[in-house]
Amino acid sequence: MDELLGQVPVFGELSAEHRATISGCGRNQVFQPDAYLMREGDPAELFYVIREGTVALETFVPQRGAVTLQTLHGGDLLGWSWLFPPYRTAFDGRALDTVHALQFDGTCLRGKSDSDPSLGYDLLKLFAAVIIQRLQHTRLQLLDLYAESPAATPGRT
Amino acid sequence: MLRRRGHTVVGPTVQSQAVVYSELSSAEELPIGWTDVQEGGTYRLTRRQDEAAFAHNVGPNSWKSLLFPATLTVWKGRRDADGTLEFEQEQPTPRYAFIGVRACDLHAIAIQDRILIGDRYVEPDYAARRRDAFIVAVNCGHAGGTCFCVSMGTGPKADSGFDLSLTELFEDDGPHRFLVEVGSERGAEVLAELPHAAATADDERLAEEVVERTANSMGRSLDTDGIKELLYANAEHPRWEEVADRCLTCGNCTLVCPTCFCTTVEDVTDLAGLETERTRKWDSCFTLEHSYTHGGSVHDSGPSRYRQWMTHKLASWIDQFGSSGCVGCGRCITWCPVAIDITEEAAAIRDTDLRGRPETGGTSAVGG
Amino acid sequence: MSATVPLSHRVAGKRQETHDTWTLTLEPADEGLPTFAPGQFAMLYSFGTGEVPISISSNLAEDAALRHTVRAVGAVTEAICSLEEGEAIGARGPFGSAWPVLEAEGRDVIVVAGGIGLAPLRPVIYHVLAHRERYGRLVVAYGGRAPSELLYVDELAEWRGRFDVDLDVAVDTAGPDWRGRVGVVTTLIPRAEFDPGNAVAFVCGPEVMIRFVAAELTAAGMTSDSIHVSLERSMKCAVGHCGHCQLRELFICKDGPVFRYARVEPLMRVRAL
Repeated sequence: MDELLGQVPVFGELSAEHRATISGCGRNQVFQPDAYLMREGDPAELFYVIREGTVALETFVPQRGAVTLQTLHGGDLLGWSWLFPPYRTAFDGRALDTVHALQFDGTCLRGKSDSDPSLGYDLLKLFAAVIIQRLQHTRLQLLDLYAESPAATPGRT
Repeated sequence: MLRRRGHTVVGPTVQSQAVVYSELSSAEELPIGWTDVQEGGTYRLTRRQDEAAFAHNVGPNSWKSLLFPATLTVWKGRRDADGTLEFEQEQPTPRYAFIGVRACDLHAIAIQDRILIGDRYVEPDYAARRRDAFIVAVNCGHAGGTCFCVSMGTGPKADSGFDLSLTELFEDDGPHRFLVEVGSERGAEVLAELPHAAATADDERLAEEVVERTANSMGRSLDTDGIKELLYANAEHPRWEEVADRCLTCGNCTLVCPTCFCTTVEDVTDLAGLETERTRKWDSCFTLEHSYTHGGSVHDSGPSRYRQWMTHKLASWIDQFGSSGCVGCGRCITWCPVAIDITEEAAAIRDTDLRGRPETGGTSAVGG
Repeated sequence: MSATVPLSHRVAGKRQETHDTWTLTLEPADEGLPTFAPGQFAMLYSFGTGEVPISISSNLAEDAALRHTVRAVGAVTEAICSLEEGEAIGARGPFGSAWPVLEAEGRDVIVVAGGIGLAPLRPVIYHVLAHRERYGRLVVAYGGRAPSELLYVDELAEWRGRFDVDLDVAVDTAGPDWRGRVGVVTTLIPRAEFDPGNAVAFVCGPEVMIRFVAAELTAAGMTSDSIHVSLERSMKCAVGHCGHCQLRELFICKDGPVFRYARVEPLMRVRAL
């Protein structure tokens, strides 16, 4: 498990000790196509690092159906609602093909961070970097740059 | 006599309380005895005590109106029976003789030559008009209230680009006469047919004094030292917002400016959709349409449009065409309804150059 | 023949790409235009309505005819998009600067396109494919609004099937039927395999997209010298006389539309310039 973790770039900056602690809370999982890794509204206890496969982050919009907000791929982190209350999953995560992922017990890691703040600091740094990048990407998607005319995009005066 | 040579003579004349360039049928139509008083947003004709023919300065129009007319048919198109499109471009161009071209305007013509003839593509109508135009320049006897040709290195003496150049001498120094300088072979040909005599040393000295007097009485000045770098570096100077508060974006400045060359095209068709005509018209960077693409206008605010005009005129022009776009004629200052003064704006930015200041907190992002 | 007068052409073929975009193939009625280079554009003329600048989209190695992909967003483009096969259309050109494909020889080529920005890049892709041995890796990253808004879907599938092209597509939004990537086009760059120290990038799309893609490419190790972008401005004459297309001292119609990013980056940072 530790070996697998070492191969994942997102955990690259962690100390060997912290990596070992995190592996202790993790295990391998395989999801079949169309299986859900997470569901909107469920208690958020887990997070994933995708090793292989594609996961669609989705939400259902009445009259529009299921809308894919973003797809995540090998090396990507999935799920951060376990970090802060109310610990509720925000979106659906659906496997588009066979997905191999490392699954981690967030609740367990939260507990360990309480006793070892340096672990918590490292974890938060790791997640913050990912969240910042996702937010930047999302803002670009929001611009709807390829829309046919500015009138069709919200926020245009 | 110029008409005998096949030219349409155009020169200054009084019309609608201003001196404008218009077709002349005789020398009597010149603004004899008139002069003008110009200041920011002000133009007034006043009478002189003498019969000077060229004692005025430049008026609201320039030779651009004749060489690069406000409206021009570019081509006509036709749809044939088999659906093919046919285009024709032929049209005759007038042969002009310009009387009374000031040094600043000579430079303006040379600047437009550079853009319309001396660049990658040649504008054929302009090239033809230019080739046939006979130019009689006049050295200014006094400087206008908004003139700054000395700052721009464009006058007051006409030094090139003319067929003949005149300096009017009449004061207490003798009979009303003109010192003529020949600038070309065809100029010499024309002079040969006119009553003339060799100039005396006195005449030449007097003419020099006229020019010197004019040079020393400029109404404005503009420091052109490093002006390109200055304006490029101050694209976010708060002055743009400030001047835009006054600017009406009326475009008068671009209309009277002798070097402004922006145009637009208009395609019109007959009802049957069989014939069409493309017309080129003067345009102005002060309109919203000027920078409009399907997403909206790039210059969507007054500050951004004023900045575009002034930066282009004084700075970008240098990179594009090797010289300033401004000839110091002062027309934009005189004819601005709110008296915005390009020399004042340039000085204001220079005085508060953002490059010289540490954290100013005073920059403004111009736009939207 | 003057550069300001169109030559009569006919619509020889028409293919609908998306709900508002068509690709037209044009053949000259009589005299044809000089050869285009990738990145250049023509002024297409709709009789009695007006002209628009449209980039050449042809496979210049094979097509003799002119191919242009046009999006119907205004009066002139709508008129052009409603022309049927056989109808007359005017065209003049070529105008502007070209993608520096020669400079890219011996290096990896990364093509990043956003929306209709793929149209001016299509000739580059075909050029590299036609001279495949002269180039290193060919990466194509294409971002679109939605799966139904993608251009050239048949060719995308064809290119994706080749072993010597690394093509990836991402859309901003999709429904459950789309099994491909959803995300902004910049996400495709960290995943692409190319040598940033020996690569040339060709980028075309909305200006915001260009800025962020360039930032991503430089974060990956490229210099702004080796990134080339295609810009757009209002155009009336295409010959540098009407003044509309200026980006400060640059005329997009004759100094561009293709520029080295190092040249235009400071200009693109100034709002409403």
